[in-house]
Amino acid sequence: MKSTSLKKAIATAIGLTLGGSVMAADKHSTPLNMTQGATDISHEVYDLHMAIFYVCCVIGLAVFGVMFYSIFKHRKSKGAVAAKFHHSTTVEIIWTAVPLIILISMAIPAAKTLIAMEDTSEADMTVKITGLQWKWHYEYMGEDVSFYSQLNAEHNIARQLDSGVDVSQYHWYLKDVDNELVLPVGKKIRFLHTAADVIHAWWVPALAVKKDAIPGFINENWAMINEPGVYRGKCAELCGRDHGFMPVVVRAVSQEEFDAWLIEKKGGTAEPVAVAEAAPAAEGSNTAVATAGGGGAAAEVSMESQMARGGEVYAQQCAACHQVNGQGIPPTFPAITGSAVATGPVDAHIDIIANGKPGTAMAAFKGRLSDEDIAAVITFQRNGLGNSVGDSVQASQVAGN
Amino acid sequence: MSAAADSHHDDHHHGPEKNFVKRWLYTTNHKDLGTLYLWFAFAMFFVGGLMALVIRAELFSPGLQFVDPQFFNSMTTMHAIVMIFGGVMPAFVGLANWMIPMMIGGPDMALPRLNNWSFWIMPFALAIFLSTLLMDGGGPASGWTLYAPLSLQGGDSFAFVIVSIHFMGISSVMGSINIIATILNMRAPGMTLMKMPLFVWTWLITAFLLIAVIPVFAGAVTMLLTDRYFGTSFFSAAGGGDPVMYQHIFWFFGHPEVYILILPAFGIVSQIIPTFARKPLFGYSSMVYATGSIAFLSFIVWAHHMFTVGMPLAGELFFMFATMMIAVPTGVKVFNWIATMWRGSMTFETPMLFALGFVVMFTFGGFSGLMLAMTPADIQYHDTYFVVAHFHYVLVPGAIFSIIAACYYWLPKWTGNMYDERLGKIHFWSSTFFVNLLFFPMHFVGLAGMPRRIPDYNLQFADMNMWASIGAFGFGGSQLLLLYIVIKCIKGGEKATDQVWEGAEGLEWTVASPAPYHTFETPPEIK
Ligand code: HEC
Ligand SMILES: [Cu+2]
Repeated sequence: MKSTSLKKAIATAIGLTLGGSVMAADKHSTPLNMTQGATDISHEVYDLHMAIFYVCCVIGLAVFGVMFYSIFKHRKSKGAVAAKFHHSTTVEIIWTAVPLIILISMAIPAAKTLIAMEDTSEADMTVKITGLQWKWHYEYMGEDVSFYSQLNAEHNIARQLDSGVDVSQYHWYLKDVDNELVLPVGKKIRFLHTAADVIHAWWVPALAVKKDAIPGFINENWAMINEPGVYRGKCAELCGRDHGFMPVVVRAVSQEEFDAWLIEKKGGTAEPVAVAEAAPAAEGSNTAVATAGGGGAAAEVSMESQMARGGEVYAQQCAACHQVNGQGIPPTFPAITGSAVATGPVDAHIDIIANGKPGTAMAAFKGRLSDEDIAAVITFQRNGLGNSVGDSVQASQVAGN
Repeated sequence: MSAAADSHHDDHHHGPEKNFVKRWLYTTNHKDLGTLYLWFAFAMFFVGGLMALVIRAELFSPGLQFVDPQFFNSMTTMHAIVMIFGGVMPAFVGLANWMIPMMIGGPDMALPRLNNWSFWIMPFALAIFLSTLLMDGGGPASGWTLYAPLSLQGGDSFAFVIVSIHFMGISSVMGSINIIATILNMRAPGMTLMKMPLFVWTWLITAFLLIAVIPVFAGAVTMLLTDRYFGTSFFSAAGGGDPVMYQHIFWFFGHPEVYILILPAFGIVSQIIPTFARKPLFGYSSMVYATGSIAFLSFIVWAHHMFTVGMPLAGELFFMFATMMIAVPTGVKVFNWIATMWRGSMTFETPMLFALGFVVMFTFGGFSGLMLAMTPADIQYHDTYFVVAHFHYVLVPGAIFSIIAACYYWLPKWTGNMYDERLGKIHFWSSTFFVNLLFFPMHFVGLAGMPRRIPDYNLQFADMNMWASIGAFGFGGSQLLLLYIVIKCIKGGEKATDQVWEGAEGLEWTVASPAPYHTFETPPEIK
């Protein structure tokens, strides 16, 4: 009775394990093992992972084999009579020494791979990666190209609590971004990691690259990608509310494509945010201080377009912390609705967005957003989200800050 | 209790106080306090378990269905702290209270009033901790590790979290002092150190670990507190501090802490297996030395939790080698248990089943631990569900199974009644089935790239997460059965003999069942 239930349990366990690996083999969309990746290092890491896994399997089979043999044979119900021995220095030495030897034989290749992973010398190019709550900033060092990268906007809507959106329609749900990090294959790329607010960790499994991004410090590691392709990863270090929603996407392309992409990036705008389509209001500084009631036809129009554009910027840049409805998550992230700053003097409002608030998660947006976008989002905050100050802020006001 | 009727019950040498409140509030009796600790831990296991079920409900399928991500984060954070500080540690202290004096032939703990105090701090500490959920900004949400600077964001509930951690720490340190004083001073004549039961040995070493590291943790969280409220910058680079220093200090506490959670479990299993194999423990002295070596090594491996923070290569290599070394004494333990079973005459009552389940599944967690020790691979595993699977294997079918095993093993001694063996077996098999359904799939999603501490995930992880969630609810439900079995056993059942188990050896089995309120007031003879 007992032995049959034990046998069944073992059979199930083996079935589960084997079943698991079979599934891993035939279901490509649902891998169940570590990726082999796209770099020499990631292959080495994979091999180490499998080697230590097999070592564990062999030890496990031996140890559990003996144990279950004993459980079946040496039971009272089978008439087993207990032996009296309780000590043997020889076996103690053997089962101390044998594992030690196995460990040393595993430590040597592991150390070799580790040394290679840490060798960031002689890189062909350098990308500086900054983690922010909750997006990434990429800067191609010496190329004057930099941009932000954050969760795909559609996914961002779908992932809200009670969004009512069926997330299974998105194949890359939570694994897709607005701006991919484009990298050339066959080049040794050095990554510099830092953060602006809290600790993040930039992780792309296929590159076997995971490094903490620590505010005030710079870490480094590297990758040389062998195969063109898209490689997806995630922020790996808990970084607050939306930690689960800051994916990483690397697109590896040939050197020529990369060069072309770089030129295009430099030629166009360095910012990913909607290009300044010349806000009509910006032309006249006289309308810049238009206040409620005093606005002429020009101010009316500009207010509308400011609001529309500001709403977009807000949804993309600010809603993560201050929430879509402007309620924030007090006390960490203040509400905009009814905020003393957002309903008070306009200068203070411009100041906090342009220059941020050091020591808090509120970053400086000057340089990150165009002056036009900042003006628009301020206008939006003052006249949307339940606020109705009535004034419209212009880029020229922001420029002076 | 069965103490002879006596008129002067205020004299503590005779029987328990009759007034319920006075008895439990004022008690200095090690058995009463052991009982309090165990019931408290049991309650906290359910509280922490409910938090785990919130997590698993949200992770049942992709998309956010039930909770805000911030609340999700505070569930993962609070689940861990409640389980570690409110569940596992008090449960082990409860077992120590009940059993150590009886196992070494002493009349009580060495410092009975301190004992009362260390217990009664706990309910207040946990109450403060749990009340942060109702405060502005919600409970702590930066993970149980409270890494700066993330832990410094958030509401003022933070100050309450710190104060409750200080209380929990004070309670543990006082408990440890008491255990050390008891073991070193209260042994019956002839009970030399190398004759002590292994449970006593492992607790002695654990208590020293606690005294060594709890103050370190207290220091770390105090620095967080001053960074937050008093303008210091220990962990802020902007003020010349270093966020990574927090992690070093934390894990200097945190790694020994994980051994604090497992060494007493080793002790329990080393008591139970010989009893049901009807054969003395194999390699007693090597078991003692292995425990000591593990405790020593636990102080020099802390940075293996930090392989991705950007340590110098030499540091990474050192911590990799030191971590791999831990497999040696841990292996010795497992081999000794199996050698104890070898050519024994085994029976499989519920305590033995849980102890064997411990050996198998703890070893399983040990294997994934060995994999994690390999730094290059750890860089892939780190902060994924693979790690979650690993430490839950060593803590749930590891530490918690050992606690359950201990409860079944000593319940007849505590209550005088046998528990329902049939239900106990059902409890074991359903717990074992569901615990594996819960944690085994986590290895796969972790390897496939699912980070830990996320409330939502891509479809590719959906199947495995669904299984894990079903396992979680099944496992949680199975523990209601344990509650029922314990209550039923207290209420009645087949009367237990003094010896209780045919193969049981040790002083605790020489006293009556249930154990009288006071035992070994005159020390026993040790042969
Ligand atoms: C990473 C999170 C985060 C993002 C993104 C963010 N903020 Fe903030 N914001 C904060 C925090 C934190 C504060 C509070 C700072 C303090 O302590 O005074 C704040 C404060 C403010 C305030 C002052 C509110 C008050 O009542 O004190 C305004 C206005 C504001 N932010 C506007 C914006 C705008 C506009 C954006 C988008 C361009 C934005 N924020 C994006 C975190 C954020
Ligand atoms: Cu992050």
